Amino acid sequence: MTEKLMGNPRNAYGEKLVELGARYPNLVVLDADLSKSTKTILFAKKYPNRFFEMGVAEANMMSTAAGLASCGKIAFVSTFAVFATGRAYDQIRMDLAYSQVNVKIFATHGGISVGKDGASHQMIEDLALMRVLPNMTVLAPSDATQTEKIVELMAEHKGPMYARVGRADVPVIYDRSYVETLEIGRGMIVEDGDDATIIACGTMVDAALDAHKILLKEGISTRVIDMHTIKPLDEKLILRSSRKTNAIVTIEEHSIIGGLGAAVAEVLAENSASIRFKRMGIEDKFCESGDPKDLLEKYGLTAKHVVRQVKKLLKN
Amino acid sequence: MAYYTEKQIKELELLAVKIRKYIIEMLYRAASGHPGGSLSAVDAIVALYFAHMRHNPKNPDDPDRDRFILSKGHAAPALYAVLAELGYFPIEELYHLREINHMLQGHPVSLYTPGVEASTGSLGHGLSFGNGVALAGKLDGKSYHVYVMLGDGELDEGQVWEAAAAAAHYRLDNMTAMVDRNYLQIDGNTEEVMRLESLREKWQAFGWYVIEVDGHDIAEILKALDEADHKENMPSIIILNTVKGKGVSFMENNVDFHGVPPNEMERNLALEELDMLQKKLEASM
Ligand SMILES: Cc1ncc(C[n+]2csc(CCOP(=O)(O)OP(=O)(O)O)c2C)c(N)n1
Ligand SMILES: [Mg+2]
Repeated sequence: MTEKLMGNPRNAYGEKLVELGARYPNLVVLDADLSKSTKTILFAKKYPNRFFEMGVAEANMMSTAAGLASCGKIAFVSTFAVFATGRAYDQIRMDLAYSQVNVKIFATHGGISVGKDGASHQMIEDLALMRVLPNMTVLAPSDATQTEKIVELMAEHKGPMYARVGRADVPVIYDRSYVETLEIGRGMIVEDGDDATIIACGTMVDAALDAHKILLKEGISTRVIDMHTIKPLDEKLILRSSRKTNAIVTIEEHSIIGGLGAAVAEVLAENSASIRFKRMGIEDKFCESGDPKDLLEKYGLTAKHVVRQVKKLLKN
Repeated sequence: MAYYTEKQIKELELLAVKIRKYIIEMLYRAASGHPGGSLSAVDAIVALYFAHMRHNPKNPDDPDRDRFILSKGHAAPALYAVLAELGYFPIEELYHLREINHMLQGHPVSLYTPGVEASTGSLGHGLSFGNGVALAGKLDGKSYHVYVMLGDGELDEGQVWEAAAAAAHYRLDNMTAMVDRNYLQIDGNTEEVMRLESLREKWQAFGWYVIEVDGHDIAEILKALDEADHKENMPSIIILNTVKGKGVSFMENNVDFHGVPPNEMERNLALEELDMLQKKLEASM
């Protein structure tokens, strides 16, 4: 295999913010003592007056962002996914979702590929927590290019939004022209096939694409969907895929409870789709410290695991 | 410094009685809600809206308006009654408080009600939200001022102190917080539930300019608001020494009326008392 070109979604976010700062004079950014990690520091350097360092105080940061948005600002808020959603849930609920303000939470360090910091920092419940909130849009971009586009769309769209990316560099999947037509709420068919559908989001899209290649060699053709928007979910695409192919596997760097897989299951069940189905993700447990690659291997989130799962479903 | 004649103050006091009467009627009809904290907050809210803040009921979204944020959202009836009296929405709505298919929710919601700046009800958010509004004002070079009313029990919330630190850090002199210091929360006296004293020293230590007044003396409140507006380089807080349930004898300092509405007999008694107060005030004018 040739080496993959890598990119970092956090860097993509930070650089895009700087660009958007010029386009939107009303764009402001808040961070909670993690600007070096979330890359909002790039914006802070360019636009110090529009950057607010809030210290290690996430609840206060979230409500303050809502106050800024109530005065016509586009407020981007960043910290690690675990703190963004866990420390400020009530503030997100009341001041962002209930009040429908224009605050964009861009959380980094989602999922287990955070690695060595351990389970305290590996957020695997955020998509579930944000998905259950009325008025909230939930996004999980898969590579640096898509992240750029999604950050652009977040600034354009009105209303509260949550996006999460991981910590690590990830392979570049798309070139710029490919994501140009991306729409929030519309899944992207990245590869097509007839036997099974793999629906993935975030860091797992690349694993799904690798699985697609391996399966193809074994004579199994799969459709791979990049479901960058968890909410509103592209139900039509899910149902079309359930009719076109014989099995559906979802995969996400998140608990199998409440995230992408659960959302897809809800759509399938309520539409009486009779299809073989499996959610892949973290199986209702906290993980541990370790090298990201080893963790993904141990907890079953690699292309190899997807291949095994697809074959198992098709065999039944 | 603004100057108010004795007559103007009397008129405001009369308005405060009128607002208290609305509150009693609203809560009686809703058969639920929070009388104690609504009644203790009335005088400060009346002073703000009828004599101090720059605002326009016909244009509630005016970007230059002063903002009032009721962080202790359970005192919504006091805010609603003031907004209705000013014409933000019809008085009739007051009597459908907490009713299905009606605008006035149990706690304030910015989306639904003209004049309501922030959705509150979960205690502890309002000062942070107000900081955001104040920061936006500074960024945009606007001269509006932000007022946030907190409960004293509400100060138990850690987020309040995060916000206290941030307001001082950003030198938000366009922010005035107010604490409705009625010494009661739900489980009892604030000093028994979770000691707050010495409150003045705490806020001072956080970098705030502290003013303390009788929270039922409208002239004093207005003077304090003026002083706070003019304080430069730091946020101000007015500790309003109040009586929970103020204006209705059997509700005053009575923790049982925190979240229990008056029944018919209690409502009649309360309105009688307030009517008498009104007559007395009118006679003295
Ligand atoms: C976060 C949160 N916790 C608990 C409550 C329930 N609650 C409503 S009012 C109240 C007591 C508030 O006391 P205080 O701030 O002193 O209000 P006041 O005396 O002015 O009515 C509590 C605990 C709430 N609304 N929000
Ligand atoms: Mg109190």
